[in-house]
Amino acid sequence: MNHDEHSPITDHRSPITRTNSSDEFAAGAGEWSEGLSRREFLRLAGATLALAGFSSCTKQPPEKIVPYVRQPEIVIPGKPLRFATATQYGGFAQGLLVTGYEGRPTKIEGNPTHPASLGATSVWAQADVLDLYDPDRAQTVTTGGAIRAIGDFWNALNLALEPLRSSGGAEFRILTEPISSPTLLAQLARVMQNFPQARWCIWDPLNRDNLGDAEVICDFSKAKIVVSFDSDFLYAHPYALRYARDFAKSRRVVEPEGAGMNRFYAAEPTLTITGSNADHRIAVSSREVLPLAKQIAAALGVGVAARRNGEHEGWVKGVIQDLQANRGRSVLIASETQPPELHALVAEMNAALGNVGKTVSPAPVLPLPPNRIAFPDLVEEMKRGAINLMIVLGGNPRYDAPVDFNFADAFKKVNLRIHHSVHFNETSRYSHWHVPAAHFLESWSDTRAFDGSTSIVQPLIEPMYAGVSAHEILETVNERSPRSAYEIVRNHWGGPQPAPDFEAKWRKTLSDGVVKEMTAPAADLTSQVHASSASTLQPVNGSTSDLEILFRPDVSLRDGRYANNGWLQELPQRFSSLTWDNAALISPELAEKQHLENGDVIELTFRGRKLRAPVWIQSGQAKNSVTLPLGYGREIVGRIGRNVGFNAYALRTSDALWFAHGLTIRKTGDRHWLVTTQHHHDVAGRGILHDGTLAGFLADPHFAQKPEQRPPRDYTLYNPDEFPYKSYKWGMVVDLNVCIGCQACTIACQAENNIPIVGKQQVSVHREMHWIRVSTYYSGVKENPSITHQPVPCMHCENAPCELVCPVGATVHDNEGLNVQVYNRCVGTRYCSNNCPYKVRRFNFLEYNSGLSPSVKLVKNPDVTVRSRGVMEKCTYCIQRINAARITAELEQRKIRDGEIVPACAQVCPAEAISFGDMNDPQSRLMRLKRSPLNYWMLGELNTQPRTSYLAKLRNLNPDVANAYR
Amino acid sequence: MHTQNRSPNTVDRSQSFSPLGYPTNLLTPGQTYATVNQTIADIPLKRAPGPWWVGFIISFLLLMMFLVAVTWLFWKGVGVWGINIPVAWGFAIVNFVWWVGIAHAGTFISAILLLLFQPWRTAINRFTEAMTLFAVCCAGLMPLFHLGRPWVFYWLFPYPDTMRLWPQFRSPLVWDVFAVGTYFTISLLFWYLGLVPDLATVRDRAKKLWQKKVYGFFALGWRNSASHWQRHQIAYLLLAGLATPLVLSVHSVVSFDFAVAIVPGWHSTIFPPYFVAGAIYSGFAMSLNIVIPVRKIYHLENLITDRYLNNMANIMLVTGMIVAYGYFIEALMAWYSGDIFEIYMMTNRAFGPYGWVFWVLMLFNVLVPQALWSGRIRRNPVLLFIVALFINAGMWIERFVIVITSLHRDFPPSMWAMFYPTKWDWMTLFGSVGLFLTLQFLFIRFVPMISISETRELVAEPQKANTL
Repeated sequence: MNHDEHSPITDHRSPITRTNSSDEFAAGAGEWSEGLSRREFLRLAGATLALAGFSSCTKQPPEKIVPYVRQPEIVIPGKPLRFATATQYGGFAQGLLVTGYEGRPTKIEGNPTHPASLGATSVWAQADVLDLYDPDRAQTVTTGGAIRAIGDFWNALNLALEPLRSSGGAEFRILTEPISSPTLLAQLARVMQNFPQARWCIWDPLNRDNLGDAEVICDFSKAKIVVSFDSDFLYAHPYALRYARDFAKSRRVVEPEGAGMNRFYAAEPTLTITGSNADHRIAVSSREVLPLAKQIAAALGVGVAARRNGEHEGWVKGVIQDLQANRGRSVLIASETQPPELHALVAEMNAALGNVGKTVSPAPVLPLPPNRIAFPDLVEEMKRGAINLMIVLGGNPRYDAPVDFNFADAFKKVNLRIHHSVHFNETSRYSHWHVPAAHFLESWSDTRAFDGSTSIVQPLIEPMYAGVSAHEILETVNERSPRSAYEIVRNHWGGPQPAPDFEAKWRKTLSDGVVKEMTAPAADLTSQVHASSASTLQPVNGSTSDLEILFRPDVSLRDGRYANNGWLQELPQRFSSLTWDNAALISPELAEKQHLENGDVIELTFRGRKLRAPVWIQSGQAKNSVTLPLGYGREIVGRIGRNVGFNAYALRTSDALWFAHGLTIRKTGDRHWLVTTQHHHDVAGRGILHDGTLAGFLADPHFAQKPEQRPPRDYTLYNPDEFPYKSYKWGMVVDLNVCIGCQACTIACQAENNIPIVGKQQVSVHREMHWIRVSTYYSGVKENPSITHQPVPCMHCENAPCELVCPVGATVHDNEGLNVQVYNRCVGTRYCSNNCPYKVRRFNFLEYNSGLSPSVKLVKNPDVTVRSRGVMEKCTYCIQRINAARITAELEQRKIRDGEIVPACAQVCPAEAISFGDMNDPQSRLMRLKRSPLNYWMLGELNTQPRTSYLAKLRNLNPDVANAYR
Repeated sequence: MHTQNRSPNTVDRSQSFSPLGYPTNLLTPGQTYATVNQTIADIPLKRAPGPWWVGFIISFLLLMMFLVAVTWLFWKGVGVWGINIPVAWGFAIVNFVWWVGIAHAGTFISAILLLLFQPWRTAINRFTEAMTLFAVCCAGLMPLFHLGRPWVFYWLFPYPDTMRLWPQFRSPLVWDVFAVGTYFTISLLFWYLGLVPDLATVRDRAKKLWQKKVYGFFALGWRNSASHWQRHQIAYLLLAGLATPLVLSVHSVVSFDFAVAIVPGWHSTIFPPYFVAGAIYSGFAMSLNIVIPVRKIYHLENLITDRYLNNMANIMLVTGMIVAYGYFIEALMAWYSGDIFEIYMMTNRAFGPYGWVFWVLMLFNVLVPQALWSGRIRRNPVLLFIVALFINAGMWIERFVIVITSLHRDFPPSMWAMFYPTKWDWMTLFGSVGLFLTLQFLFIRFVPMISISETRELVAEPQKANTL
């Protein structure tokens, strides 16, 4: 019996560690010894119980991580800690601050000190925390479907590499996603040194190759005139958060005195979030964009004029007129979907207008390791069978490579295929080895933003599964055995012998989230190598069909990587408000011509390939353009993304990555069940939305404040001052003028407030649970409407209609004026929702929180109740944050400061459209905004006296263009 | 006992008609105490006829379906129905209002007609009172099913709980609890009080021991003494006095559920009278739907004469016109208010996606009942039965129109949506009909369905029976 004392499975003093995981299954540990006594049985049973108990605890990372605001040693249960880290989209960093409870990250915020975030985040960063806990994430190293220990993989990798060393790795290829990590690039450079004949390649279905060296950083805060050629720079651009902030700055109007707004012209084939914010937007097919630009350029003295576009004469004239009047104060920007010719032209125009150096400056170029080859060349090599070993770091090329490359077949010809990714996807399925990648919240790395600033990615949690980082894989390639990612990254920055002050700088950098004082040793990086076959990636025209096909990243799923993220699947897509599906977007004219209705399935034929897809009629779509959102129709995907949408990559060819002519469509007669959240976009003259023009505002600053929509406070039978709100009086303002409609607020609220997803069927019966929705209203012509986005949280009315009708008093006013919902008391009569004129209340019609996997439960915010079935819920103004601030303030014996409480929606907003504060403090930012003549109450005539008010939307119309259109 | 057989007073008048051609007989000629006693009191004591079994089994099956629907509802939650945001109230509330409305005829007939000395309530008051009780049962269940968390329904009652929490008395739903609760209590007492002398009659005529025991227990020792009668009559009148305002108040309070809310299409001062009229309208329709077949099956034409049918049809015509006027005023006020929400609500109601429902409502509740102007139809049981069916369906549709079409497009267009009932909604509706009919069939089977004592009064005072 004594020997059992030292058995690794019974001695809990020697924990089984992952770093030594090849020893995880120590000899005999899994075997049941013959002579089992009662005592031994009990001992083993006890140990099993104890281990099961321990394994359910979340592990703290053993490496030191430095808190942003508080020291890690003060880990107090229930007290959140915030750590600075970063993530990347398309290889460009977004700085983050992540909140964790006892080592369990629950909420992602933007890092205010990071230039590409400024405290805001995209919808994807908000949803990333759900991805971390996704139960369908790849959890184990697998080969051919069998589970292996990571040590087996290291052995297999070394075994495969050894024979390649003699040839310098001539048959060794690495395929990556866009990467900007200085450490990873340095490691890659070393791989290229060690294997001089090896090659590496980047594939990104959403690449920015069309821009080449023409990448620029724009300063929208200084631009008076902005002209966008199909660019979604407020949403899909790598620097979008910063752009949205700057753009908002030059559009914010509070007082008539000194009111100034930029004027924004947009020409685009399909409605984008950016385009919806334009003062003058035209819907033109993608191929018409370049001629339009040429026409403008010619007028500015650049290039030769193209044929005139009679239809948009007025728009072109207005652009030229405004650009000429605002030299050096304008920005022209073109989309990555447009050909390099346009980017060159735009650069020339910016130069000719004197914008360069003022509003436009070249973006820093990322130096990359040598020996990079273009993706088509790689596929060519694969097809030849010339590749023995291929490591695919991230991505999903088998799903998203251009269909004419026939990547699947080419991939099969590679002798040994290794795929490293967070989710087990189509590429993993056809790889010999699949190695789960550590989520960015689980491992160390570094990353670089669009403007060149670098951040260290620090984890908040130890890998939940067998995930390893790309650093560890490349380390094994270089050194034959992995080191921890932490050591690799730290070594990269500190060098083999760190300077004495390195530790302090390192800690400061981790705390700040942006590298400021450290410099990494120069790696052997050359400047960017041009893809040899870039020319083949250009769209060509050469078809007789009038219809244009457009491929666009999905606003939620991007290239498909978020297909298994329920928050993003359920986030209503902008404009169409589709959830859990994609659809071919067509214009009302095309629909009429082809007798199509929403949900009709069409067969698209493009370059000889066919695809069936449901259509959605989208106002603002160019007449003859059909948009196919990418990222759906995934085959090897978790439970959330299964059978959702159609795969637009099936038509995407290398010569038509973004758009091309030659599409034909045919009505099949079949129908597809599409589910949307908003069916009506006409505000119908109701006092919900007020919009006007800048000129109109200057002439009549109070146009939005109709007296009947602002009943006086004493317009009631009761004593209006019965409850004076002596301490705080919370309120909110939403500035419609700067809101861009990105819906980051919706998903930030979902993450902060434990809002469940309900699935397609429940959304179809209008039971989506979002506490803050972004309504979209159209005005003007159906073909190309003016668009206003309106985020609608709870109004926290002073005379709240919901409170009056609740039979059990489950919704009541608190002493600070909040309209609070008492979940415990709610019996679910739903009367409050009927009586809410804003329809902001959400009801748990079923038990939406049942059946959550244990890992998904971890994403829940411990400060917010998880609501059960039969209970009404709604926006609380993030009351948990108010209370946290109150506790801090009371401990410090002071009042809560202005700006100390930031609700999740306000915090995430890249445009700072949402402000929250104390209405009793006349100096607060909130009250400054509420005093604006633009401030209005939604449906104020109902005398609900809402706490949430809106600043009316203004458009800065060019009178000449406006006349041309009206 | 001997008192019952003492006077063979016969009503010896032939069928008579008023100058306008209405039948004036409340009893057919030739009725005696004995025939009345026998006709009515033997029904509970003898075997049920075949049609009863058919009806009862169908109703009982519907009731079992109700049980399934409700079990599933409690198991899964109200999400099994088609309700959503914005249409957070659905069939449960529609059914509730409909059943409460149906419950109205009972009290109207028993209490108000009693106070107005209208003898033509005699043969039908027992039915309609029972109908009231059963309809209130169905109605009372609906809000319970409607709750998101039905297991805490009692939080709507004012009871001293340890947290010192009370219901929120500003909410019309709390008023509903009191209104419907009071109504049920009074209706039950009133019905039972009226039953006591008849139960004694059945007890006295019963042959089997268990019948003697059961009816004897419920007859409360009634001995038909003068002092019994004196106290009975006082109590009966008092209860009638108490019940009368309830007729008006219950449905007024139910209408407050809507009128108090700010939803366009609900927020209207016409609702209380219009709801009360509608309630009596549907109550009489339901009474006819029950009385006509029962009269046929049990051959009660001697006691439930055409005059009853005629008078009930008259009441339906009057209340129907009030309801039609309510529809008109609603539309007029929407237009006259100049309020864009009200105007849109009315336009949407008539021409929106649920427009066809509105026009069906107009057909059922306004157009079809115009047939009642014709005396021939009023006195033709089959046609009257059909018209009453239309009215019952129409009144259900009216509540659907009020609840659903007002909610589905209220203030913010971005939250407009459609409501489509699920099979569980329909099962709840028809299941509740099953519950109602099952109770009704049990009532017919075991309780004297016409007031024996009051019918004997008509025999004794024939002049009462034949006046207009």
